[in-house]
Amino acid sequence: MAEKRDLVMDVINATNLVQSFSEVFKQQFENTAEDASPFFQNERKKAFQNFEKYGFPQKNMENWRNTDLSKALSENYTLFTSQPDPKLDIDTIFKCNVPHFETLLLSTLNGWYVSNHGALQTLDNGVVYGSMRAAAKEYAPLVEKYFRTALNDSKEGLIHLNTAMMQDGIFIYVPANVSVDKTFQMVSLINTQENVFLNQRNLIILGENSHLRLAQCDESINNGTTFINSVTEIFMDKSSTLDHYKLQNKDDKTTLINSTYFVQQQGSVLNTNAITLNGALVRNYSNVQLLGSHSEANVYGLYLMDKEQHVDNQVFIHHAVPECQSNELFKGVLDDQASAVFNGHILVARDAQQTNAYQTNRNILLTDKAIIDTKPFLEIYADDVKCSHGATIGQLDAEAMFYIRSRGISEASAKIMLMYAFAAEVLNKISIEELRTRMDDMVKKRLRGELSNCEQCVLNCSNKENKKINFAIDMSKI
Amino acid sequence: MLSIRNLKVSIKGKEILKDVNLEVKEGEVHAIMGPNGTGKSTLSYAISGREGYDVEGQIIFKGKNILDLSVEERACEGIFLGFQYPVEIPGVSISNFLRTAMNEQRKYRGLDPISGQEFLAKMEEKKKLLDLPEKLAGRSVNEGFSGGEKKKNEIFQMAMLEPTLSILDETDSGLDIDALRVVATGVNKLRRPDNATIVITHYQRLLDYIVPDFVHVLYDGRIVKSGTKELALELEEKGYEWLKNGI
Repeated sequence: MAEKRDLVMDVINATNLVQSFSEVFKQQFENTAEDASPFFQNERKKAFQNFEKYGFPQKNMENWRNTDLSKALSENYTLFTSQPDPKLDIDTIFKCNVPHFETLLLSTLNGWYVSNHGALQTLDNGVVYGSMRAAAKEYAPLVEKYFRTALNDSKEGLIHLNTAMMQDGIFIYVPANVSVDKTFQMVSLINTQENVFLNQRNLIILGENSHLRLAQCDESINNGTTFINSVTEIFMDKSSTLDHYKLQNKDDKTTLINSTYFVQQQGSVLNTNAITLNGALVRNYSNVQLLGSHSEANVYGLYLMDKEQHVDNQVFIHHAVPECQSNELFKGVLDDQASAVFNGHILVARDAQQTNAYQTNRNILLTDKAIIDTKPFLEIYADDVKCSHGATIGQLDAEAMFYIRSRGISEASAKIMLMYAFAAEVLNKISIEELRTRMDDMVKKRLRGELSNCEQCVLNCSNKENKKINFAIDMSKI
Repeated sequence: MLSIRNLKVSIKGKEILKDVNLEVKEGEVHAIMGPNGTGKSTLSYAISGREGYDVEGQIIFKGKNILDLSVEERACEGIFLGFQYPVEIPGVSISNFLRTAMNEQRKYRGLDPISGQEFLAKMEEKKKLLDLPEKLAGRSVNEGFSGGEKKKNEIFQMAMLEPTLSILDETDSGLDIDALRVVATGVNKLRRPDNATIVITHYQRLLDYIVPDFVHVLYDGRIVKSGTKELALELEEKGYEWLKNGI
């Protein structure tokens, strides 16, 4: 199996953590032969300096005020700094329990690309996909043109740490005028007995007038504690379309920091939808840069959390040019002591006239211990714009509960129905019908407490009685 | 079938029903009329078991005091409430909703779940009986429905669930005359010797289409006058003021 190097962090404060990373960086990344291209050497070095400058997130940073990483950062972690055995057959260690539809599977194991034994592949239509590390060598000019350019001057230490110490990840290139018929499914697997810290880096480039559908699944089958620091840069050339779905079903020992940057040129259309069903701590940072007029970004999210779980959705949309449109819709149900953060920042530049930007965040809190921090932030410098935002926090509607129960449906089933009805608005935004049906199933299972990672479901109904709920059959599909 | 004795209902300390007595027998249609704010809807909620009310007295349904039963248990016992303002449930199809309801009711009565085929056949039968559009069942419950469609959907649910006692709360409110006729025809078609209906209405208009055996006037938390269908006509003519003066 993989050769690995231990990174021991025996002191819990961040200063020492940085130091530990610094030692590993010097030994493993700074001058290694493996990707000794001057470009990457230079980028890694610069990034590490930035990481040392900005450090790990602290509660006193505005964007991290309500998400506390101190517990996750007080663990000892292992870094997997070299590739797993190329002979490894991914299918023998993992069967994705997300029901599959016809997709092209791109898997990473502990941050390393492992499908097709880690090699790059090229389709007849010119689409290239596979290992990010391999692409950096084989397609150096292309990769170097785009790599890290979406990040701008990020002040986020974790982003720089990722650039400095990225292991591998997924690379996808879709040439101009190509519409990829199969959905690409990126599956990120963690399988080890160790506590693992990984820096996965993905780069996706869509040529002019191309179309890609991408599902990004994060599943855990780890016994230890996991810290995933994943960064994805996505570049969308003129008139390209991307349907992007994230499904996160992590265990209660995983911290997932998922940062995705979308750079959109004229007339491009982005649909991205993050569905978080479980996870000790999940943070989705979406950074959308509308750089070409008539581009459109639809950014959606659904989160169903319970126990001590925490989810944080950060969306930054930059309307840099006129006549673009953005829509944000995030909905969540929180049970037990679960907590959620929604931070929606829309920046409309001075020249970005005729911008349409809408933002909505709705939440249902099932207990009085669940917490939501929602913060819309509209920063508008143009004067001819239509922008709106709204946030609501509520309980399940008493009138609706009464209506459903008055038909003979039990209180527990009625709750599930209403939560499902609440979630349906976001699920209905999924344009790939097959995927929508699957997500639908997963959400229903999640609400009924039948998903593997939730022995206690959103309803607190680990007792058997509540599981005999008949709300599974959708007769409308017969 | 239903006997309400000395029913007192208050909400947050405010007494709404002061002393209601009512007997409903199999095969009967009762109309409860009265001005706004006299407790008509409260009475329907008290019978169907809505939470948040302090209830005293007795509601005996099929020989059993149902006051301690939950909303869903009362529904399973055979009580149906047609809502004045039916609630929208996006993402849940009518057929899915009804099959869930039907199976939970069947479970309560110790019956096996209905098979998909039987359920579909039943839906077809009831749709035909009530002359409802083909696509109705696949739509989400009440989502985007017009006022008339919502009320028709209530009657459709009533037809599917086959309750022993149906309470229709202001079913006529907000309906034009055509929709009213459809709804009323449905109710009439569903009348059987072994079930009963309580129609709650503000206006006499509905009673041109659903002919009641008895008419009761609820005023200030009490039934102040009971009679046959002629009472409704008299009320229409003389107004509720006539009764107020009589008290």
